[in-house]
Amino acid sequence: MLGPDTAAYLIVAAFLFTTGALGVLIRRNPLIVLLSLEIMLNGANLALIAFSRHFANGDGQIFALAVMAVAASEVVVGLGLIVAMARKNLALDVDKFSSLRG
Amino acid sequence: MIVASAGNVLVWAVWVAAAFACLGSGVAVISFSNPFYSALALIGNLGSLAVLYLLLSAEFVAAAQVLVYAGAVMVMFLFVIAYLGGKADTPWTGQLPAQTIAAIVASAALLVEIVIVIAGQADGHLSKAAEITDAFGSPSQIGQLFLTDQLLAFELISVVLLVAAVGGVILGSHSREQSPVETDDARA
Repeated sequence: MLGPDTAAYLIVAAFLFTTGALGVLIRRNPLIVLLSLEIMLNGANLALIAFSRHFANGDGQIFALAVMAVAASEVVVGLGLIVAMARKNLALDVDKFSSLRG
Repeated sequence: MIVASAGNVLVWAVWVAAAFACLGSGVAVISFSNPFYSALALIGNLGSLAVLYLLLSAEFVAAAQVLVYAGAVMVMFLFVIAYLGGKADTPWTGQLPAQTIAAIVASAALLVEIVIVIAGQADGHLSKAAEITDAFGSPSQIGQLFLTDQLLAFELISVVLLVAAVGGVILGSHSREQSPVETDDARA
């Protein structure tokens, strides 16, 4: 395998995942929370594909494609929720959503 | 031998550029106050990840990443941000709330744990990658796997996408909010 070892890809994946986790924890705009969630999913995807290459087994790439489909679904539902909240004139701040009253 | 090492240097250079672009744009996503810039930074992040996928001989996943993620998903994000006006967060007040400090400590601890585990295996299980053929990661191989070994996963993905589409339509439709009479009908 040319270039760096699998471990180097995994370190990048770990940095991406923790960057996304930090974004989810500290940001209050739900749009940016969703974007940070995408970073976390992509960190996991990078680890899956690095292991797929390491063991020369295509199943990891199938798993990564499944994660991409789940991420697309999550974006559809998440953005639908955010638009529904904006239509009710709620402030787009996750700290202010503390109750589930309709 | 010289050709092989020149190729190695090239792959290293591309890897370093893609990895730093990926990490830098990831940090940019969570640090911009305007969600519009965050979404643009995430497109850069996804593009540099596609380069890393190509280095790992995952051609089909790299193409799907650019088409599905950087294309379709991010366009949807940008439309919603444009629709909502892309209001920036409240500006920096100069002091860190306790929640932010706790979040930074928690994610730093997570990072240290993962890096220690990976570094512990770097000379062991993770040192020698298996040999692959040219067909590895090609669309034909992915399609073969999807229609044989992973057929159940393939079908389940279609169900997940269908449910998400139905959920998106239900969340997006606002016929129930148009008049109070209809709201009562919907509740009855």
